[in-house]
Amino acid sequence: MIRFENVTITYAERPVLANVDVEICEGELCLVVGRTGAGKSTFLRAINGLVPHFSGGTLRGRVLVDGRDTAHHPPRELADVVGFVGQDPVAGFVADNVEDELAYSMESLGLPGTVMRKRVEETLDLLGLAALRDRPLATLSGGQQQRVAIGSALTAHPRILVLDEPTSALDPGAAEDVLAAVQRLVHDLGMTVVIAEHRLERVAQYADRALLLPQAEIGEVGAVLAKSPVAPPVVRLARVAGWSPVPVSVRDARRQAASLRARLPEPAAEPTENLKPVLHTENVTVKYGDVQAVRGVSLSVGAGERVALMGRNGSGKSSLLWAVQGSGKRTSGTVAVGTTDPEELKPKARRRKVALVPQQPQDLLYLETVAEECAQADTETGRPPGTCRKLLDGLVQVPDDTHPRDLSEGQRLALVLAVMLTGTPDVLLLDEPTRGLDHPAKEALAGVLKGLDSAVVLATHDVEFVAEYASRVVVLAEGEVVADGPAREVVTSSPIFAPQVSKILGPWLTVADVEAAL
Amino acid sequence: MRLHSGAWWLWALGLATAAGRTTNPLVLGLVLAVAGLVVVTCRANTPWSGTYGVFLKFGLMVIALRVLLHVFLGGTAGPTTLFTLPQVPLPTWARGIRIGGPVTAEGLVFALYQGLLLATILSCVGAANALANPKRLLRSLPAALYEVSVAVVVALTVAPQLVASARSVRKARQLRGDTARGARAIRTMLVPVLEDALDRSLVLAASMDARGYGRTAGISTRDRLLTGTLVLAGLFGFCIGTYGLLADVCVGWPLLAIGGVLAVAGLRVGARRVPRTRYRPDRWTFRAVGVACSGMIAAAALVFSGDPALSPSTVPLQAPELPVVPALAVLLALLPVVIVREA
Repeated sequence: MIRFENVTITYAERPVLANVDVEICEGELCLVVGRTGAGKSTFLRAINGLVPHFSGGTLRGRVLVDGRDTAHHPPRELADVVGFVGQDPVAGFVADNVEDELAYSMESLGLPGTVMRKRVEETLDLLGLAALRDRPLATLSGGQQQRVAIGSALTAHPRILVLDEPTSALDPGAAEDVLAAVQRLVHDLGMTVVIAEHRLERVAQYADRALLLPQAEIGEVGAVLAKSPVAPPVVRLARVAGWSPVPVSVRDARRQAASLRARLPEPAAEPTENLKPVLHTENVTVKYGDVQAVRGVSLSVGAGERVALMGRNGSGKSSLLWAVQGSGKRTSGTVAVGTTDPEELKPKARRRKVALVPQQPQDLLYLETVAEECAQADTETGRPPGTCRKLLDGLVQVPDDTHPRDLSEGQRLALVLAVMLTGTPDVLLLDEPTRGLDHPAKEALAGVLKGLDSAVVLATHDVEFVAEYASRVVVLAEGEVVADGPAREVVTSSPIFAPQVSKILGPWLTVADVEAAL
Repeated sequence: MRLHSGAWWLWALGLATAAGRTTNPLVLGLVLAVAGLVVVTCRANTPWSGTYGVFLKFGLMVIALRVLLHVFLGGTAGPTTLFTLPQVPLPTWARGIRIGGPVTAEGLVFALYQGLLLATILSCVGAANALANPKRLLRSLPAALYEVSVAVVVALTVAPQLVASARSVRKARQLRGDTARGARAIRTMLVPVLEDALDRSLVLAASMDARGYGRTAGISTRDRLLTGTLVLAGLFGFCIGTYGLLADVCVGWPLLAIGGVLAVAGLRVGARRVPRTRYRPDRWTFRAVGVACSGMIAAAALVFSGDPALSPSTVPLQAPELPVVPALAVLLALLPVVIVREA
């Protein structure tokens, strides 16, 4: 169905993919894995000709899709064969309500009205969108938007569906909805699906084969992931335990886990220290018009405590963080960092008390080089020159003259973190920090955050990251706290928030813990 | 079943034309009331249906501005001086321009009428906006103009996106404790906002490309050229016709007619060669035609009515009278209330 014949793709003399020789068969769900920058997106975009027709660069070799050579067929001429859903579905929307968006590719293909009408109805049912048909796209939740984006690629009845990070921005529940829909396409319609995803623990179990980049090795999922630098916890656990064949789903792993479970002692109880409280909120509410985003949240966070805020998309996590930081809206309630309310401080003084790294950290950067950003951070906070640079060096190695836009997601996050930490805040708030980070980058982030003296509160959907990093978990639903306690307790008791290792081994949370115990 | 958006726009433009033919505050008030009533009863629950209020506020602002301009710059004079502002002496070459000076009741009333006229026209446009999505109207363009109409729709979403991205950058800037104002603030805002806008448009362009925008499958180059030529010729004819109409009525009508025929023919032939279709296009039903006609009749009645009460005298000041036939014609524009309620 898709054949790459000795393909090499170069951007500005720098090869992104080299000598890729791969064939993906019809009706297969193929998972593309690799570290950030390994060329996953480039590979996906080469399938429908966006690389090199749209992105520029040189492609040597040949890409054949359903018998058509992408060298002679630009993406628009492949629209009837390949459906493509990019990383940010919202930015790719053309129409403004669900139905028109679904019909858009069919209009471009010039299908007759009756066919369009029928296919839109079918797609609405297939993806469970029927109740949303007239809704404006902007009012949908993340999971719904992702399903609309997939649906709008499907209406053209392509034989191949390419998905770039379809669940990265979604909460675990919504991600499952999307993946269930994708699986149905593969099973019921025999569609060929190619997926790249950082959250391997969500997708690996559904895949038929996996492709490891940049080596371009394709094979059975377990075998490929066992060799990969990025792998879901099940596979890493299998490496530690020496299981063979390597399981990719929790279910397979559990069958092999009996002996390991017997060998493991009870995990040591976490020492409960009495921490000096730094952040204290009392009955915080946030209202936007008629919508109550946060309803009476009272929390107390101690110095050095690592709190993870979890909950669905739209459960009020971001609103709470912004309200605590002081520049966001707060309808009622009190927030105290030490003895001061950050809302009453001037922005300059505020950032030395509370620092917030927003969902899009790049919004904080506006200068041309890393060095300028660091110098600016020093002047803003009145620290001696070089403070920010030293902090940054502790996180990652980045040359001084790089443009912040050219950094990888992980490096950019590190830069923003360094900029915010220059003010030595008492409280550090992070909104979805692990988006776009692969596993090694997440480990590095967890290491850095663990070394901080400030109280850290982070909002995230990433259960594996929470298991590795957080000491305490607070679950929000509809703006209220529904669970609050030590990470182990909260996370293991919930089927949605439980990390893979705990699903297999009960009280254990991470592979590293298991490895240490053995 | 929603009505053709073109029907609502014709109806509203008809009302606006009617308003444009009179300065009688009673008739203008009637037009305002009719438009308001129809908006309140007929609008669907859509994100853009709330825009009517914005247009009304904008109208009030226009009235205030018109009156203020009159007070400071003068204009129509009359015998009844209400008060006198100190006048700024201007050199002789600026004769005819006046700043300050006496303010008369006649002039004020005249300014008020004119402000009201502009506000009424604005409210008619606002009504059309609230009743029919302007983007939806673009979807009814001929198939030959498909690509252009999609481009315009996309362009229309840029402004709200820029506002949203500027807002998030400003919020982020506060996190850094950066409270810069003036030129520096513009620089610190502009770079991320523009970068964001560029990124977004690239993503959108890639997505549209991947979904078949600008596809030429199955059409030969010769046919594509022919289509392009025909469409361009048609539009060109239309432009010349419009120009002729504006320049001179006698030459204008035939030129416009020829241009129109050329345009329609070009678009028709062009459309046959463009492999595009529309999903659930708006249709001209009887009800839609009825709505459009009710507005157009109101316009025609006022354009061809010679009733002197349409422009009440301000020098000397007189209480405006209600001209019966034009008033009835404006009331006819209430027809959509009945038509839509039956649907």
